[in-house]
Amino acid sequence: MKKLFVFFLGLSLVACQEQPSPELQASINRGQEVYQNFCIQCHLAEGQGVPNAFPPLAPSDFLETQTAAVIAGLKYGMQGEIVVNGQTYNGNMPAQGLEDDEIADVVNYIRNSWGNQNRQMILASDVAQTSKPKP
Amino acid sequence: MRYLASIGTLLGLSVFMACAQENVPPIQTPSTAAYTLEKVVDDSGILWGMTFISKTEILATEKGGTLYYCSAGTKQAISNVPEVYVRGQGGLLDVATDPDFETNSIIYLTLSSKGRGSEPGGNTALYKARLVDNSRLEDVELLYQASPNSKKGQHWGSRIVFDPQGHLYFGIGDRGNRDVNPQDISRDGGKIYRLNRDGSIPQDNPFVGQNGAKEAVFSYGHRNPQGMATHPTTGEIWVHEHGPRGGDEINRIQKGKNYGWPVITYGINYSGTPITTQTKKEGMEQPFYYWVPSIAPSGFAISDSDKYPNWRGDYFVGSLKFEYLEHLTIENQQVVAREKIAPNIGRVRNVQQGPDGYLYLSVEGKGIFKIVSKS
Ligand code: HEC
Repeated sequence: MKKLFVFFLGLSLVACQEQPSPELQASINRGQEVYQNFCIQCHLAEGQGVPNAFPPLAPSDFLETQTAAVIAGLKYGMQGEIVVNGQTYNGNMPAQGLEDDEIADVVNYIRNSWGNQNRQMILASDVAQTSKPKP
Repeated sequence: MRYLASIGTLLGLSVFMACAQENVPPIQTPSTAAYTLEKVVDDSGILWGMTFISKTEILATEKGGTLYYCSAGTKQAISNVPEVYVRGQGGLLDVATDPDFETNSIIYLTLSSKGRGSEPGGNTALYKARLVDNSRLEDVELLYQASPNSKKGQHWGSRIVFDPQGHLYFGIGDRGNRDVNPQDISRDGGKIYRLNRDGSIPQDNPFVGQNGAKEAVFSYGHRNPQGMATHPTTGEIWVHEHGPRGGDEINRIQKGKNYGWPVITYGINYSGTPITTQTKKEGMEQPFYYWVPSIAPSGFAISDSDKYPNWRGDYFVGSLKFEYLEHLTIENQQVVAREKIAPNIGRVRNVQQGPDGYLYLSVEGKGIFKIVSKS
């Protein structure tokens, strides 16, 4: 009974979530395609990643809090130590050669998938303004 | 309750059946390594292709577009490399020397290219060039440009090898368009190609004169070949290719044959759904060996060296996914054992036998290592 209750509570919570705007939803949909194309082989189908090799995207405190670093990493590649959910990764994510709008779309997708939610939309112009991180 | 339990069992069973079992023979990890690794080139990027131009000098491609001349622990960029379209798995791919390199200084490169048109995206290209002073390319010539362009990031191939008669072979993956490219010989992608060294098409290629065919095609039905080797004793061309989830394959390449992708495969989609129910079909080749689960193979060497005890004739394949070099022991035309060399070293992108008979492996983010036997 209790379980049922929690279930319905969960359901109503889902129902109460703010729906993405049509523009954001369209970007998320395009981002899903980018993800299937360019990210899935490392971060896997549910964004779960691979222990000690590819950090998870869901959940990921890094993705939640370090938007600029995520965009820069996708634009220019990401190397060296980063900490995700308390785990240290020291890998190499090569730049995928994506265009600015594709990066915006895929970030919107991963920030709104597998339980992640961030309705603030990233735009291609945000990506265009992101410069290369200093080494 | 009973009923629930049996549903549970059924569910469990189907999950079990859906997750294909590991193919035999199982991979072994030796308890003590019989060799040491010596770093010969340091690089934090992805050294995708490598080839020796002498016992101590290496040409290596970095995926991002740089061709390096490496010697005595140093590396220097070579200028005038064709423009590279770095996208997804694409970039500057393989490098190979001409069989007469010592006298003509000719090298070949495969790379992802936007081509010459204005169509968005890119496809795999094969270039020929002359290496001058180990520092620049001259007489750069495009030998093959696959079409059409695609913005997909996947499956560009590509390795380059030669047969004993001097024909050039290279591969191109299905470019993320598996239902259209690999089974259609009038289209590029999902093919192994065979050319003369000047880029012309050998008249004994299997589809020469066939209406609409890409006459450079030598075999088809491939997914994404990233390892290719000429067998040191038989002279045959051997290729391995990435499968989807499960179903990476090793194939002996024969003229005009169909290797089955995506009609037959031992793999499933990344999402877990089936691609096809068939693993065998008339008119399609069975792999020499297949990996389940996938190891994500890249780089292929067949040892013919006496530098290591008992390795002669065995196959060596890099594993990107499990981060080791795989040693496949071959007896009577079969894989009889598999073992990990350099476990956990990192994503092994390439393996080559040097002119000194030693095996060299390239590891993403690290560089190139020489495998030195302890005994
Ligand atoms: C070749 C494997 C590979 C591919 C392909 C890849 N990544 Fe990554 N990704 C990594 C690695 C490795 C890191 C950690 C880098 C480090 O340690 O500095 C990382 C880090 C990240 C991070 C920050 C850490 C985290 O978990 O939140 C995000 C976000 C991310 N990747 C998203 C993506 C997206 C989106 C794509 C597709 C456009 C993608 N990655 C493609 C390997 C990959």
